Amino acid sequence: MPKLMPKSNPRKLRILVSKPGLDGHDRGALILCKAFRDAGMEVIYGGVLTTPEQVAAMAIDEDVDAVALSLLNGAHMVAFPRVAKLLRDSNAADIVLVGGGIIPKEDKLVLEKEGITGNFGPGTSLGTIVKHVKDRVAKRSRTTTRPSQ
Amino acid sequence: MVTRSFVTDSGIMPKRFHTLQDLDDIDYPRRLGKPGEPPFTRGIYHDMYRDRTWTMRQYAGFGSAETTNQRFKFLIDSGQTGLSTAFDLPTQLGMDSDNDRSQGEVGRVGVAINTIEDMQLLFEGVPLNQVSTSMTINAPAGILTALYLVAGELQGVSLPNLRGTTQNDILKEFVARNTFIYPPEPSLSLAVDLIEYCSKTIPHWHPISISGYHMREAGATAVQELAFTFSNAIEYVSACVDRKIPPDSFLPMLSFFFVAGSDFFEEIAKFRAARRIWGRLVKERFGAKKRASMMLRFHTQTSGESLTAQQPENNIVRVAFQGLSAILGGTQSLHTNSMDEALSLPTERAARIALRTQQLIAFETGVTKTVDPLGGSYYVEYLTEAIEKATLREIDRIDSMGGALRAIESGYMQNEIQASAYRVQKKVEKEEKVIVGVNRYNDETTEDFKIYRPDVRAVRRQLNRLRSFRKRRSESKSREAVVSLQRGISSGKNSMPYLIDAVRKNATLGEISDVLREIYGEYKQRTSI
Repeated sequence: MPKLMPKSNPRKLRILVSKPGLDGHDRGALILCKAFRDAGMEVIYGGVLTTPEQVAAMAIDEDVDAVALSLLNGAHMVAFPRVAKLLRDSNAADIVLVGGGIIPKEDKLVLEKEGITGNFGPGTSLGTIVKHVKDRVAKRSRTTTRPSQ
Repeated sequence: MVTRSFVTDSGIMPKRFHTLQDLDDIDYPRRLGKPGEPPFTRGIYHDMYRDRTWTMRQYAGFGSAETTNQRFKFLIDSGQTGLSTAFDLPTQLGMDSDNDRSQGEVGRVGVAINTIEDMQLLFEGVPLNQVSTSMTINAPAGILTALYLVAGELQGVSLPNLRGTTQNDILKEFVARNTFIYPPEPSLSLAVDLIEYCSKTIPHWHPISISGYHMREAGATAVQELAFTFSNAIEYVSACVDRKIPPDSFLPMLSFFFVAGSDFFEEIAKFRAARRIWGRLVKERFGAKKRASMMLRFHTQTSGESLTAQQPENNIVRVAFQGLSAILGGTQSLHTNSMDEALSLPTERAARIALRTQQLIAFETGVTKTVDPLGGSYYVEYLTEAIEKATLREIDRIDSMGGALRAIESGYMQNEIQASAYRVQKKVEKEEKVIVGVNRYNDETTEDFKIYRPDVRAVRRQLNRLRSFRKRRSESKSREAVVSLQRGISSGKNSMPYLIDAVRKNATLGEISDVLREIYGEYKQRTSI
């Protein structure tokens, strides 16, 4: 028997690509911007030399579904969880956080507990990253709703 | 039938094989010349490595001044012949270690240096009249150079006896790497201050190292690397000429910095083409008379972006090929990367193997027995011509936009590099470009590979020392020096004497940078995607 499927959300997936620290190496972040765009997402690039506070504020202002965090300088253990906390404190914990950079294995476990997943290293294919973002956003849409502000 | 593409990333198309006819319509002997003679295609010195092996200069720095000092001594004991300092990001951005924004960043990608005391500890037991030191520092280049000069002075070494290089190439920071503080124009003026000061007082210092390396790492092709570097160089030289600094007084002090990437012959040809382009360019555009002004001196580092996190031992082999291309290309100094740099800062073991790699090239392969051993190879000469032509075309294009500063402000260089980077990444995704261990032969994992872990005690030590330094110094003297710097700069004077005075009177890197922030403002990047 055919089921009535909910109409798919016409809104494109919105993603903020950001570097919440002093690391200026933006090759990976900029390639991802293009890859997310080519995968049909709406991409906002946060630029370099931003703070976790600025990134969290941008994520909320731009009403994004996901934030991709990139750092190659080892500051991810301070900066990524800080973004997560700021979003939680602003009732925006539904925004999906994914990470990438030079991230040692043991750090990944800690970041995942903070809700930051992926944490992709060099050599990861763009397809893998795009799929991860889409899956996480899709899963969130089924299980959570955005609290009104 | 399988069709394969043989085009290089720069868009050069090798033929099935090359012959003398590929070089038919060019004045081949004149365009090559002899080593040590214009146009320097074959090398800037008469004897090259027959006379002296290149400088083995491994980039190093992490944690506090003490930990980096130990690594320096380890490298010197292992046979390294020059030092190269990596600063942490707060230092590179003119922030003291106790700045809020430095949290989590202190000592991470380099050493934290805030004060004259830090700089002295960094070189404790290293006689500064006997080593040459390179410093990768740009936005606060003048401050770190001032700290080095004063550290030398405190060791009893006079300015003419100091040898080294300050990267001081701020233009490429706006294109790639992004450790800028102030807007482009005042940044350029600060860079010229250092060149002007050194041309008058420190004869053996290279006050700038004009760098293609970082632009290439960000995605530029070999041709873009040369063209953007030389366009930036033209901008610096023009700014110096505008200040009435005689060209032949500073041109011999300029140095350059390129990458050695993975396309072996294209890289060798790139270095050879670079020498020829620069030699002619300074003569024709700036009327250089001295032979030393026309000589392109350069440092080379193997490619960081080509290193893989997967199967990291393979990187030893990549680095060896890349290092060899730099030597066949005639570099003056070389950094060979460590195998673990896609995973972390190098461990001592990895750093030693990296240094050993270039020692092997120097003393076992025999490639140093004659100058420019590939000169006359039909293929290498064909590539050298092709790269030169394409580079000159690109330099012309940037000229027509009004020069490098305008091309950077309009985002031209940045957009071109981004487009190249994305093009290459898509080739990797489609396996049109093979990366061993990543998109092919990727069955192995790297479970038990030991990587470097940062030492939190070094950060604490740095913070404690900075706090105690501020307590011990004379507050009034350091403040006075900072105020006088402010006045000097506002009245259009060269900043260097003021910076030297300020660090001597114990002002910190962050305090001095803040004064300049007040005067010039902070630059905010605009990126289109």
